Amino acid sequence: MPKITIDDLKKIKEKAKKETSLRDGEATVKITVHMGTCGIAAGAREVMDTLLEELAESGRDDVRVVNSGCMGMCSSEPNVTVEMMGREPVIYQHMDRNKMRQVFKRHIMHGEVQSNFALARMQ
Amino acid sequence: MSTYRTEILLCGGTGCRAFGSEEVKAALKEQLERHGLEQEIRIVETGCNGFCAQGPVAIVQPEGIFYQKLNAGDIPYLVEEHFLKGRPVKKFFYKEQAGAETIPVMGDIPFYSRQELIVLRNRGAIDPEKIDEYIARDGYLGAGKALLEMTPEEIIAEIKTSGLRGRGGAGFPTGLKWEFANKSEGEIKYVLCNADEGDPGAFMDRSVLEADPHAVLEGMIIAAKAVGAHQGYIYCRAEYPLALRRLDIAINQAREYGLLGDDILGSGFSFDLDVYRGAGAFVCGEETALMHSIEGRRGMPRPRPPFPAVQGLWKRPTVLNNVETYANVAQIIYKGGDWYAGIGTETSKGTKVFALTGAVRNIGLVEVPMGTPLRDIIFEVGGGIPKKRKFKAVQLGGPSGGCVPESRIDTPVDYESIAKVGAIMGSGGMIVMDDRTCMVDMARFFMDFIQDESCGKCTPCREGTKRMLEILDKITQGRGEPGDIALLEELSAMIRDSALCGLGQTGPNPVLSTLQYFREEYEAHVYEKRCPAKRCPELLEFMVDPDRCKKCGECFKACPVGAIQWEKKQTASIDKNKCVKCMSCIANCPFDAID
Repeated sequence: MPKITIDDLKKIKEKAKKETSLRDGEATVKITVHMGTCGIAAGAREVMDTLLEELAESGRDDVRVVNSGCMGMCSSEPNVTVEMMGREPVIYQHMDRNKMRQVFKRHIMHGEVQSNFALARMQ
Repeated sequence: MSTYRTEILLCGGTGCRAFGSEEVKAALKEQLERHGLEQEIRIVETGCNGFCAQGPVAIVQPEGIFYQKLNAGDIPYLVEEHFLKGRPVKKFFYKEQAGAETIPVMGDIPFYSRQELIVLRNRGAIDPEKIDEYIARDGYLGAGKALLEMTPEEIIAEIKTSGLRGRGGAGFPTGLKWEFANKSEGEIKYVLCNADEGDPGAFMDRSVLEADPHAVLEGMIIAAKAVGAHQGYIYCRAEYPLALRRLDIAINQAREYGLLGDDILGSGFSFDLDVYRGAGAFVCGEETALMHSIEGRRGMPRPRPPFPAVQGLWKRPTVLNNVETYANVAQIIYKGGDWYAGIGTETSKGTKVFALTGAVRNIGLVEVPMGTPLRDIIFEVGGGIPKKRKFKAVQLGGPSGGCVPESRIDTPVDYESIAKVGAIMGSGGMIVMDDRTCMVDMARFFMDFIQDESCGKCTPCREGTKRMLEILDKITQGRGEPGDIALLEELSAMIRDSALCGLGQTGPNPVLSTLQYFREEYEAHVYEKRCPAKRCPELLEFMVDPDRCKKCGECFKACPVGAIQWEKKQTASIDKNKCVKCMSCIANCPFDAID
């Protein structure tokens, strides 16, 4: 009996590909958590944690999460920018764990912009 | 399952390790933990990334940001700025030269963007100690196709279509070699991999083994099926500890998955392989000497025929290919011979990896399509000659090769064109020389290497290279006599035509090619007792030319024995009684004022 068959090999490939998708997978969504000193003080770390938990649960490998510095609107932190391919970017303000969860489940998964939390639509 | 938002692909090749990448890794780990980021950010240690001169290097994904010259002391700052607060740190970005704009993203750096990666496609992109990451990038699918869907004849035909030729230097068509071994009669056959890389300045094979060992294993599995072998050996030199360690790990992981051993992937085909550690003789890179060495005998070549394909290891039919050749094979089978043949020139297909080193800005490992002009490799990928010096020549093929001067710099790199200008493709060593290189001294260096490494079996090589070295020593020490140059030529021709193996036959090449292009330098040494490049200390006067001296005092600072007198606004002078001819003053003079 062989240890693995070609089908097993392909399964290993799919699994490993998902785990290394940051390196060369195709991305269709980019989520930026603004993590300047102001953002972190206002709770951006928890927002980031929640986002990563949601992402892991969803199994999506085409979503990139990056952090960036302060964007100059410290009073509205934590801010999160969502950029989906072919659509205008949306900036959310005053984010927390629950809002992040809602944004991920509705906006990222189903494309519904959560305008209640939005700071503005970037032109 | 946890999801990482960022991966730090830190280079763990030998070059970057020498610059301290292990300390950087430890510091990164500590700092990520300190900020509680270890669940969000993963450190992946990769094999050689290629840009060795800028080490330790790291690529941060998904942004693709390229950091260079990292050191452990700066890591706390880097982690806090980039990974905690999202501000990439400019200080570690690449720039082409001092004062130029920084280039943050790896794909935008000319060194990378001009390359075409087939052999090195996984470099810096996977952890070479994890087989799954290799499989994620189509690993072992080529072997699967070869074992389950193809006959040996079909595999050989596909390799022939690809036009792949041996990357060890001679350029023999790989498909043809396999066909000979396939047709040889015999129950037992062997597949060997030559990883006894020994040319001065060459490190292509080491990097492939360190960065992507499974690619070599997969190539060997396919070769074994093509010729009907069930046992293989990788002959790797003991001086490559990291490559050996990663090979061992790779072989064990492949065995665990049943990709080596009995009934691979349920195909009914069995193949296993072992690593043989070379004891460090250059001649063991020659195929018959290599086989003697594996058999436990003294590593010495024997006359051919019989060729290894008929009578090789333990007198059985044997296929021997180089590391880089095998690293091409799996992709040829997976993507097709036509795909591979689409790159390159009429007679030389695919890409070639070069170890770019010497007087060039971007020292490192480069892979370019066959047919790329030397000028592009040296001046665009390599970034040109540093310190405002002038390009003089480039040595291809190490001690078996020859030099290509500036007048031939537009020569495309393919087997035939390179041979036409008097050099050889070789295994891929590319040593760039500026106008401070004495070509006679360079030829002397390689001859010294060859006579040292000559195994002594045949007289032309053992005695001839020794005599040639004596003459070159004489010339560089200012004792050259009329007739020496003619004698060098006579000896060269004799050794080339009568030595037993490739080491001797090609040994005189550096002398012949420097004589072809830089004969006037030899003549200056012999007749005028002058070294135009100012490299041979016996031929220098160590006098400061007052017209060229700008009174800067650099020579004074550089002299280790206090032989130079100099004061501000004064021309320097050298006390010949104290001078030990160490060349420090000449090397440090910005105005070439010392003769």
